[in-house]
Amino acid sequence: MISLQWVIIGYTLAFGTSVGGLIGGMNFFGLTGVSAEPNADYASTIPHLAFAAYQMMFAIITPALITGAFVERVRFKAFLVFTLLWATFVYDPVAHWVWGVGGILRSMGALDFAGGTVVHITAGFSALAFAIVLGKRKWFGHAPLEPNNIPFTVLGAGLLWMGWFGFNGGSALAANGLAVNALVTTNTAAAAAAVVWMFLSWRDNKPSVLGIVTGAVVGLVAITPAAGFVTPMAAILIGGLAAPISYFAIKLRQKWGLDESLDVWACHGMGGTWGALATGLFATKLINPAGADGLFYGNPGQFAVQALAALVSIAFAFGVTFVITKLLSRFMGLRVTENEEEVGLDISEHGERAYA
Amino acid sequence: MTKKIEAIFREEKLIAVKEALSNIGIVGMNVMEVRGHGRQGGIELAGRIGTYKVDLLPRVQLNIILSDHNVEKTIETIQRAAQTGNIGDGIIFVYPVEEVIRIRNGERGHDALTYEGDIDTRQEVLPLAAD
Repeated sequence: MISLQWVIIGYTLAFGTSVGGLIGGMNFFGLTGVSAEPNADYASTIPHLAFAAYQMMFAIITPALITGAFVERVRFKAFLVFTLLWATFVYDPVAHWVWGVGGILRSMGALDFAGGTVVHITAGFSALAFAIVLGKRKWFGHAPLEPNNIPFTVLGAGLLWMGWFGFNGGSALAANGLAVNALVTTNTAAAAAAVVWMFLSWRDNKPSVLGIVTGAVVGLVAITPAAGFVTPMAAILIGGLAAPISYFAIKLRQKWGLDESLDVWACHGMGGTWGALATGLFATKLINPAGADGLFYGNPGQFAVQALAALVSIAFAFGVTFVITKLLSRFMGLRVTENEEEVGLDISEHGERAYA
Repeated sequence: MTKKIEAIFREEKLIAVKEALSNIGIVGMNVMEVRGHGRQGGIELAGRIGTYKVDLLPRVQLNIILSDHNVEKTIETIQRAAQTGNIGDGIIFVYPVEEVIRIRNGERGHDALTYEGDIDTRQEVLPLAAD
């Protein structure tokens, strides 16, 4: 669905000629004029269409992240409408602010190499808003809600780790030294966060593989905005500190009694926020001359800009998602009936059995 | 009299129990996977962070239909093989059985339960109980 939205209107809303720094104009509507020719603003060495297609994958993955917040209880119809509205009114504008030429946050100098702000902050805080509006699952807190399939989780984490090299390395938009730097920082941060998470969960009980792969993903999230601006040593700190931040965010979320089921907020929202801030600490022009120096390289202003960009994105994503879900709840029905929830959405919403 | 032994015990003890039963000549059994809890009430498992409680734990249930006079020996064998001494070792129930019919040839009662080399033919020197 987002593939269609992106081709028709999403790309131009994000990367069309800026209208006041707030949103892209309609000059790339339906990908008109987006061809095999390079584009000076976004894709000076690759086909403009390749850039648009590459950006489409960010646009697709982001609403998919939010689904972790509302599993097992949302109406499929409402989910479809939400996804379209969210992509159009949250993702596309924020992508424009941060990545679009003339976008307000980009113009201020905010750095986001591969989507820490655009992807992970928006998804994470939207997940939080969605979970608050939707409410918890019927048996949440009463019956054990066990992980469904650990081998699949580990397989998925492996695929994510691999795919992340494409997202972060690819954001160099060339097979060059910067791409290699992004690849190495990405791998390093994921490893650091996985190891730290393992020890954190060991301290609380036993080192579960579910915890270790959660840590890896949190490390991948945190390094995303920084991958092309920081050194491998900084990546160890970014990943290593992301783990306790998300870990204790989950504890906090549990204390709130909030059923944000897959901890999208704790892992993507908080991991992404830390990554955005860390970019303002550890960024250095030694790695990327087109970037900026961070606080630790004598430029405290960069940290302030990163914090502001993160804050604006948090407030916008949370607020707009809150409004969209409230409206859907009022006019369409956001949640399935209690009986449909008990039977399970595989049957009640889709009429099929996942495991026959 | 024919009896049914229903033993519920730890999954990891199944191989040991089967082997011990085979050694005393028990040749037929049904095994099913069950979940449940007794006084133990469940255990904590490691999650994304910390732990969560699981109250229904996996166990195996083994059913054996046999003659009355073999029951005690079989129970002892199962208990010895399945025991760890920790809470959660399981439980054994014994029920009376009304009738046994072998589908292949319609044999009934004691005949339907006897095999060459089984616990009864090994004990043929013993007087068979009045069944």
